[in-house]
Amino acid sequence: MFHIPYSGRHHVERLPGAPALQLEGLVARYPGSEVVALQGVQLILPAGVRAALVGPNGSGKSTLLKVVAGLLRPQAGSIRIYGQPVGACHHRVAYLPQRGEVDWRFPVTVERMVLAGRYVHLGWLRQPKRADREQVHMVLEQLGLAALAQRQISQLSGGQQQRALLARALVQEAELLLLDEPLSAVDAASRAIIAGVLDQLSSQGKTALVATHHLDRLAEEYDHVFALEDGLLRDLPAAQMSLELV
Amino acid sequence: MVDWLIEPFSFGFMRTGMAAAALVGVTCAVIGTYVVLRRMAFIGDALAHTVLPGLVVAYMGGWSLFGGALASGLLTAIGIGWVSRRGAVREDTAIGVIFTAMFALGILLMSRLRSFRDLSHVLFGNVLGVRPTDLIQIGIIAAGVLLVLWLLHKELELTSYDPNYAQVIGLKADRLRFLLLILLAFTVVTCIQIVGVILTSALLVTPAAAAGLLTNRLPRMMLLASIFSVCSAAVGLYASYYANVASGAAIVLACTACFGVAWCIHALRTRWVTMSS
Repeated sequence: MFHIPYSGRHHVERLPGAPALQLEGLVARYPGSEVVALQGVQLILPAGVRAALVGPNGSGKSTLLKVVAGLLRPQAGSIRIYGQPVGACHHRVAYLPQRGEVDWRFPVTVERMVLAGRYVHLGWLRQPKRADREQVHMVLEQLGLAALAQRQISQLSGGQQQRALLARALVQEAELLLLDEPLSAVDAASRAIIAGVLDQLSSQGKTALVATHHLDRLAEEYDHVFALEDGLLRDLPAAQMSLELV
Repeated sequence: MVDWLIEPFSFGFMRTGMAAAALVGVTCAVIGTYVVLRRMAFIGDALAHTVLPGLVVAYMGGWSLFGGALASGLLTAIGIGWVSRRGAVREDTAIGVIFTAMFALGILLMSRLRSFRDLSHVLFGNVLGVRPTDLIQIGIIAAGVLLVLWLLHKELELTSYDPNYAQVIGLKADRLRFLLLILLAFTVVTCIQIVGVILTSALLVTPAAAAGLLTNRLPRMMLLASIFSVCSAAVGLYASYYANVASGAAIVLACTACFGVAWCIHALRTRWVTMSS
């Protein structure tokens, strides 16, 4: 079957033994601004970990995720994802934007939105097949959204919308998930489901980097916690994190 | 009653006009759905107005009006895409500047003609003046535009509501937007023959906006908008035939009536849902 990838690049293997994410001397500005948000960020994230990225509002958490996702160009430094540069293999990275970045009023159903996770595998001109839809239904079931599959996306609560975005990332079968504030305006049930999914992903060897300002339960829900402050990244043991930031 | 309905279409020019209006109506409805949902209504209006200088230059040079309009529309689409991509000025500002300058240039060139009447059909449309060769041209463009929209449906849909995610998986949202502008330029040029430069944006926006009030599914919205467009075209042509009024204006007013009905249904449904909850 023909396959015309979106970026013009076909599948690229990960480098054996390479970390999931490696940042070296990363310098980047805030989107649409001249102000520097990241000043020489260094980071090595092994495969299969759940890492939290914390810091005050405007500390550059979203900017860091956007640079890694390829949405912003860094001014300096290097980014390696499983040993490959950004964009070398688009299906490997899933980005969950903040909810405000999605037009929730658009007339599309939850099922259709989650199905978009398969598009990177389909490429141009190919339409989703039954196997793609079955995968979508399985993931919707896993995230407790099966009953809402035919709803228009604006008819979901904040927590359900976050779960729909996470479902899309799961359907994409990404290996590195970048989640920007997935817990904002989320009810306790959704938070538990999201934490369960991250745990499961970790056990499958997949990696998650989560920007969050929810500082409770960091130690239980994450293996690593990084704090962004003044454009620099600090690695702190999760157990100490809530104490330091309180 | 049946005779009353059939009689106008005993004339060849009415059949050709209806076919042209239906083809253009469906194309405008489908692409117009994206125009409405992506908040590009201003661009649609601007593109329709900016083809005027191309039309006038082609008329003065004795060249194909269609070619002149298309060249002008494509240049505008490329210009808007280029200016907004560089980000030096906001897109709506860039459109405002280009749109008014091009329309002014068109009027200035028209003022050098012997009479404004020479091009009045361009300003107000003349669906009953569509010739069979024009119909073939319209058919080819409509088929081409609809085919591209169908082939790229999933990509256009995704970049419409989540351009960041689209970019992460390797889609270039700005290039798709640019392509949509090009398709819009082609559509606008065919539309001008039906309702004219001034009313073209109504066919792009009104049926899609009416459909958006009645459904929250994209394919259904496109289908409903197409039905509204074709029905409006038929009503406009009957009005033109029996009441001897301008066909383009009648088609647009029929579209507006569809919007009015859809708005009433939407308002009643909203009130019903509020009361029952």
